Amino acid sequence: MKFLFHFGRYVNMIFALFKKPERFRMYWKEYARQMNNIGVGSLIIVAFISVFVGAVTAIQFAYQIQGSAIPMWWVGFVVRDTMILELAPTISCLLLAGKVGSNISSELGSMRVNEQIDALQIMGVNVRSYLVGPKILAAVTVIPMLVIIAAFLGVYGGLIAGKLGGYVSATEYQLGVLDEFNPHYIKLMYIKAVVFAFTLTSVAAYQGFYVKGGAIEIGEASTRAVVFSSILILAFDYLIAAALL
Amino acid sequence: MIELQDIYKSFGENDVLKGITTEFLPGKTNLIIGKSGSGKTVCIKCSIGLFEVNKGAVIYDGRNFTIMSKSEKKSVRKEIGMLFQGNALFDSMTVEENVRFPLDMFSKKTKAEKNARVDEVLERVELEEAHKKYPSEISGGMQKRVGIARAIVLQPRYLFCDEPNSGLDPQTALVIDELIKEITIEQNITTVINTHDMNSVMGIGDNILFIHEGHKHWQGSSEEILTSRNQELEDFIFASEFLKKLKNQQI
Repeated sequence: MKFLFHFGRYVNMIFALFKKPERFRMYWKEYARQMNNIGVGSLIIVAFISVFVGAVTAIQFAYQIQGSAIPMWWVGFVVRDTMILELAPTISCLLLAGKVGSNISSELGSMRVNEQIDALQIMGVNVRSYLVGPKILAAVTVIPMLVIIAAFLGVYGGLIAGKLGGYVSATEYQLGVLDEFNPHYIKLMYIKAVVFAFTLTSVAAYQGFYVKGGAIEIGEASTRAVVFSSILILAFDYLIAAALL
Repeated sequence: MIELQDIYKSFGENDVLKGITTEFLPGKTNLIIGKSGSGKTVCIKCSIGLFEVNKGAVIYDGRNFTIMSKSEKKSVRKEIGMLFQGNALFDSMTVEENVRFPLDMFSKKTKAEKNARVDEVLERVELEEAHKKYPSEISGGMQKRVGIARAIVLQPRYLFCDEPNSGLDPQTALVIDELIKEITIEQNITTVINTHDMNSVMGIGDNILFIHEGHKHWQGSSEEILTSRNQELEDFIFASEFLKKLKNQQI
């Protein structure tokens, strides 16, 4: 029953996003601000983690095939496909669920508790559309870009680790990276990134927007935002993989 | 003028407002007073539509707000300014941006006209020097004045103030009271103030509504309070020995 109540209210919030903006320029300004917060603000952490994820994938795969009949250039091939299909979208978005999701949830929660949302509502602003819409739209725009960067850097991280560890030469690695490339995987990565971006921002916004209480409840809402969006990201990861691969 | 007609509001089993009927007059400071938990804030929130009433009607100059569609309510809300207890200023915006926000969102004025209007209202609340400061960089009294400036920037017909003096020292509270009173008269606004500050009640109370246990218990002016024979009102207003002595002297 409680689940149905929350699900209904969540769907209602999403539908409210499609209402006509009061002043397009103000929404655009907010959209640009959110793109900066979510995209530029997360670039360094996503880049840093992607390099290491790619590096670890390369070392672990090289270690597994050492001494076997499988050629070492496969390291590049495996790192590329793993990064594109799974690690770049999923790890980046799980990371962003923590960073961006908790941020959105606590920002909206504070606005609710400090009556800023009431103030906007009394002014006649469509608060769900103005406060939640630009966040979701910005995330859906910039998170796929971050994921593409993450995939590139992950592959590059694999090359560095492979070379430094003496497992594979740059030429061999490049051979693997270019071998049997399937463009469909890029489409899949993009779909995952868009779905995950929508999920993590909308769930976080929902948790923050309907907070009641004070500081403790804002903290709890942030925790719920991260936990629920992480679970949903992994569930959607499975569904997309099962449906599209 | 705002009319409340037989307003009822409950939350679950808890009946908060039990048939409030009153009028808030234009150009006057209309005060809602009562003990904590008596229903003052609920009364204001019902008036502006933040809470739906269970029964009764809220009428804004002949327009029944209670039965309006969402878009009609939105257009009435553009005529309403509100000063919140905690000011509700946007932390990420400067004082100027806070005041400018309603203009940017709703006004079709040019940039120069908007700038002029922002300067005008900030000057009116004596905050000319605070344009570029953030809410966290100014005092509580200044934040209240920014809240007032934001509330009046669109030249509202109705102004609601929820505990405008809470958290302020008595001197600053008087300045805020005077400012609200002056703006109310200057712009002929229907101002509704929810307070339990006795200085405000006696200083600027043109039309005072006393709510007790969800009922309208008394209504009159600050002068009439002194001669009222209402026991609950007297107990509330003259709660301290000091005020009781003062009242006896006054009479």
